[in-house]
Amino acid sequence: MAFQVSVFAENKPGKIEKITSILAKQNINIRAITINDSGDYGIIKLLLDRPEDGCTALKEEGVAATLKEIVAVKIGDKPGSLHKVAAILKDHAINVDDAYGFTVKPHEESVFVFQVDNPKAAEKVLKDAGYQLLADKELYLL
Amino acid sequence: MYWNKDIETISRKDLEALQLKKLHKALQATSTTPFYKKVFEENHINIDAIKTLEHIKDLPFTSKNDLRLSYPDGMVAVPRKEIVRMHASSGTTGKSTVIFYTAKDIKDWADLVARCMVATGATPDDVFQNMMGYGLFTGGLGLHYGAELLGCMVIPAASGNTLRQIQLMQDFETTIIHITPSYCLHLVEVIRAEGIDPYAMTVKKAYLGAEPYSEATRKKIEEQFGIDAYNSYGLSEMNGPGVAFECTYKNGMHIWEDYYIVEIINPDTGEVLPPGEEGELVLTHINREAMPIIRYRTRDLTRLIPEPCPCGRTHYRIDRIKGRTDDMLIVSGVNVFPSQIETVLMKFPEVGNNYQIILDRENNLDRMHIKVELYSKLFHGDIKEIERIKNRLKEALKALITINPRIELLEPGSLPPSEGKAKRVIDNRTL
Repeated sequence: MAFQVSVFAENKPGKIEKITSILAKQNINIRAITINDSGDYGIIKLLLDRPEDGCTALKEEGVAATLKEIVAVKIGDKPGSLHKVAAILKDHAINVDDAYGFTVKPHEESVFVFQVDNPKAAEKVLKDAGYQLLADKELYLL
Repeated sequence: MYWNKDIETISRKDLEALQLKKLHKALQATSTTPFYKKVFEENHINIDAIKTLEHIKDLPFTSKNDLRLSYPDGMVAVPRKEIVRMHASSGTTGKSTVIFYTAKDIKDWADLVARCMVATGATPDDVFQNMMGYGLFTGGLGLHYGAELLGCMVIPAASGNTLRQIQLMQDFETTIIHITPSYCLHLVEVIRAEGIDPYAMTVKKAYLGAEPYSEATRKKIEEQFGIDAYNSYGLSEMNGPGVAFECTYKNGMHIWEDYYIVEIINPDTGEVLPPGEEGELVLTHINREAMPIIRYRTRDLTRLIPEPCPCGRTHYRIDRIKGRTDDMLIVSGVNVFPSQIETVLMKFPEVGNNYQIILDRENNLDRMHIKVELYSKLFHGDIKEIERIKNRLKEALKALITINPRIELLEPGSLPPSEGKAKRVIDNRTL
């Protein structure tokens, strides 16, 4: 199981800065960040090395933040790497709500992070196909 | 031109005698209603002691809240079988203020509206397009019945759908429109945008009501449209439109004193002010069988114009409404209290209790924008969920106040807290 921190933020200057300052103060590392923009507001999604601590720190500062379970799967970093995973998800009719990725070792290893209604089911099909799922600790030690 | 010359030009002396006679009848009727029975008892009111019109000041006021408290029929003075209609305005806590009418009340109301229309020069040759909302709101049906009684052809167009309004106006050669001032400005803009010259249209008059507006706006409407615009005043508690209307001199609205006893009071002390001074309008309905109402505090600020009008009508005039003594907002002709919005927001645990209502006028149309904070403990990180909350809020508000607001969700703590002098309403509209 892996978690990201999702933060509700108004679409205004200085909103990311507020969040990063809180995390920096707590010495929390951001592995990946993505923002869903919806006009007036957005949801900032953060993959942190200490998600629980990060979420608590944000909440203490009055930020609307929550831990959200995600699926993180280790994939290669070559043309077609993501396609293989996408094909498995398609075969099992798994709908991806939101996704992002980052490279761990260029041309060798990257991580695909996504949100689904049922993370357990998605993890199982990927595991069965031989993929390595990253739980909180492994993810943060990358 | 008069609809009922005898009553419209009645001497003040005879008018006052008629008022006193009708007041007695109304008081007899009210004393049979559960609400007034209780109020008269509690205040030790002996209605037989009301010997002159001045004595009316000894009677207690009736407020909008009293109407809510007597929901649904605590003020009804006739048996249910005699009631033929009800109208209602939206309620603060879900309960509306309801007004009932007998067949005679509806007929008399129509008669009063016909009187108003004739005062503006309307005749049976006119084609009357009613662009006010029909339904529970009194603006639509109120003018409708009066215009029919006068003999106009009525187009019950209701509000909205501007292109169809213009089509109707052209195809049926509309001569009078009944419309809110803000919608009228929008309408004339759309007419021009469609490449139509408003001056070449058949429209001659507009009756503007349901919203406060300035003399400058009237002038603007008249100039842009090439019409005469008349100020109309009414409120559902006193029937609806037709309470006061301008004559062709367009200098204040004649308030029909054979139906209403008019007082202007100091809104803070309740003291009756001498004619000509500005204060809150208080009306006693002395011509309604189903629901007579005594000393109703309209919360509207105006002044009485006792000077004679060149039109010959002896009924006093009231000045255009200057504002409100409470926090009621009028948005696109709809009465809205911030507390109504608050009540809806309170029902949503996903949002906090702080809110801000921002009113703007875009292309002459009122826009309501509500800012509310997301309650952080119920945030689950899902954008779809947030959109659902916004839509549910929008639907709930629309159901209650019939206005489609724009909802903006803010981060927790971004609005001023509810204690103290938090500014809940920001009205950027200019009259």
